[in-house]
Amino acid sequence: MIAEIGHFALILALCASFIQGVIPLIGAQRGRSDWIALARPTCQTSFVLVGISFAALTWCFYVNDFSVAYVAGHSNTQLPIMYRLSAVWGGHEGSLLLWVFMLVSWAFSVAQLSKTLDSAMVARVLAVLGLITFGLLLFVLFTSNPFNRLFPVPAEGRDLNPLLQDPGLIFHPPMLYMGYVGLSVAFAFAIAALIAGQLDAAWARWSRPWTTVAWAFLTFGIALGSWWAYYELGWGGWWFWDPVENASFVPWLIATALIHSLAMTEKRGSFKSWTVLLAIAGFSMSLLGTFLVRSGVLTSVHAFATDPTRGIFILLLFSIVVGTSLTLFAWRASQVKSIGHFEIVSRESFILMGNVFLVVAAGSVLLGTLYPLLIDALSLGKISVGPPYFNAVFVPLMTPVALLMAFTPLMRWKQDRLPEAVLRIKWAGVTAGLAAVIMPLLMGQWTPLVALGCFLAVWVGGSVVIQVAGRLRSGFPPISYWGMQFAHFGIAVFMIGVTMVGGFQEEKDVRMDIGDSVTVGGHQLVFKNLASVRGPNYMAARGTFEMRREGRVLRELYPEKRNYFSSSMPMTEAGIDIGLTRDIYVSLGEPLEGSAWAVRVYYKPFVDWIWGGCVLMGLGGFFAIADRRYRTAKVKRHSLVLGSKAAA
Amino acid sequence: MKPRGKRGLVILFGVLAIGVAAGLVLNALNSNIAFFVTPTEVLQGKAPKSQAFRVGGMVKEGSIKRDNLTVSFVITDTVREIPVSYTGILPDLFKEGKGAVVQGKLEASGRFLASEVLAKHDENYMPPEAQHAVDQAQRTVAKP
Repeated sequence: MIAEIGHFALILALCASFIQGVIPLIGAQRGRSDWIALARPTCQTSFVLVGISFAALTWCFYVNDFSVAYVAGHSNTQLPIMYRLSAVWGGHEGSLLLWVFMLVSWAFSVAQLSKTLDSAMVARVLAVLGLITFGLLLFVLFTSNPFNRLFPVPAEGRDLNPLLQDPGLIFHPPMLYMGYVGLSVAFAFAIAALIAGQLDAAWARWSRPWTTVAWAFLTFGIALGSWWAYYELGWGGWWFWDPVENASFVPWLIATALIHSLAMTEKRGSFKSWTVLLAIAGFSMSLLGTFLVRSGVLTSVHAFATDPTRGIFILLLFSIVVGTSLTLFAWRASQVKSIGHFEIVSRESFILMGNVFLVVAAGSVLLGTLYPLLIDALSLGKISVGPPYFNAVFVPLMTPVALLMAFTPLMRWKQDRLPEAVLRIKWAGVTAGLAAVIMPLLMGQWTPLVALGCFLAVWVGGSVVIQVAGRLRSGFPPISYWGMQFAHFGIAVFMIGVTMVGGFQEEKDVRMDIGDSVTVGGHQLVFKNLASVRGPNYMAARGTFEMRREGRVLRELYPEKRNYFSSSMPMTEAGIDIGLTRDIYVSLGEPLEGSAWAVRVYYKPFVDWIWGGCVLMGLGGFFAIADRRYRTAKVKRHSLVLGSKAAA
Repeated sequence: MKPRGKRGLVILFGVLAIGVAAGLVLNALNSNIAFFVTPTEVLQGKAPKSQAFRVGGMVKEGSIKRDNLTVSFVITDTVREIPVSYTGILPDLFKEGKGAVVQGKLEASGRFLASEVLAKHDENYMPPEAQHAVDQAQRTVAKP
């Protein structure tokens, strides 16, 4: 019964979102205020209906209703309650429902928080979001309905994939989707502004906080996924250039470019067309990512069982979204006038250069991800593109971005002189140069790549210090000021982590019997004993490893090999000693003869700085939207008039 | 700077960045692509000689043998078979009778030296490449 309510609510939401997507849009074009007024209530209705549907599915998991096929496929009576609830998004159907729920939540927030915005504009934005909701609900209802019943009803569910039974996985998908789907708001604002022909400062100011929040969530979501892969997959890596990782990283790169270009459009009135294109590209990449993950065309951690109709449906949706928005853009672009002239040496032009690099980097990651699909589609054989490709392409493209990142905030708008700009940043340059020589040597060995990483990290961090020191002279700045500084400093911290792990990590696969010891990164690990322990829904072999440094016992680590009762799939739980400057990581491979095991030990210097940097970046995003300007009353519209005058 | 000059700058810079990227991409793609080959194709000599490539199929029942950290097993597409060696820790879901994909090089002796055994993450999930190899082999068997 509850499942039917959920299903029915979803169908009603489809109808509501259709009205939301069509009537207010026509109303806004024809100036009919009664049609425009429909935007908010229909949007609220869609939100409540999808919310009911989501709650119904959660309830089915809570009460172990195995007559619902999706529940039977992804849950089990022995599953602990928190994993039963997070299992709601543990499979294809439920995660898509989560996607739609996030979408209507964003739309709902826009409806609630846009009271000061021009009502026709809100109507257009909500209508665009309504149309996207409509398309995705069609997809859910026709190809991936989570409420389908199963007959005969099984007595026990098939269980959630043990890999997903982890705290990291409770939060990773919702965070990631918050970000992914949040880019739809920036997209909707851009499309609405194109339809209205009002690409002005007000539009940029309204899009900015939404885009920044979406970006911050995306940052957290990707970082959580990376952290989860690090400790749960048992491979000890933090990024694999897996196609699905790339599917979330490409939108992140575009969104990063977008928040910078939006800032410029708002403050200086420049690069309007470019900003609009980025907004369109950002959301398109989110959709493409969804397609890649959900269609099963890729071999990946995230690949679910394949159903070709699903892939075709999303591809169709993707084509419609990209096709119509680009057509609209082509039609309106000639009317878009950018204002604000500037010289080659100016903050504008440096931001633009950074933007171009980010977009080109996004393009090359996308290319590497899609290349195997392309070759396969052309029947030229089956290939795979490995991580070395991405490293070889990505690192050289990001180096100039890091160089620019430190320079640009210290430059003047419109026009600056290079020698003066260099003088402003000289201390960062000197410190970074010293760091490039000393830091690698302190870690043990000087190599060019590590030196480059250290240089860039200190360079970016140093620039932040110079800016903050300069700003503090005129009093303590408001919270929003710290947004960019935190984010940029986060990049510096992140780069230290990546550089040190890349340059100095030690990985060993060894055969260990009880009593054996192995040394990694100056730490000695002794295999003390092996015990059998019982968890709520699994049995585990748990090893006890004593960690010593210079003969002193520091602590014990307990890596596990788990066997879940409901499946034959073994699971590796690593034992990790987390430290500020290094992680020591032990995981059990497989039993060899007697009491010996194949054991994997890692020394990972500064690895936690990678996620620490991401946390700083995400926090920066939230600080940035604390700006008072985003909450002040109606933004004046005369900037448009000014714009056309200046261009004439 | 005049708007036209600005646009010129943008275009010039964009072209430059894309050019650099294209160079990097082509260079990197050239050396980092792994072709996927089925066991049947390997035995027909269709595998790349100097480059690493991937082979997919089923792990033959009873073929896994361990010698400390070195594991040897047989990958089959149900028609032809390839012996494989790998040193290191296998992924959790590597099992006899299940699909697997390995990456590495073919030695002169005809033994495949794997540098990587690709993991899958769900016991019910079959890597598409392994499925493809089995389907191909079955088709050739069914044809004559």
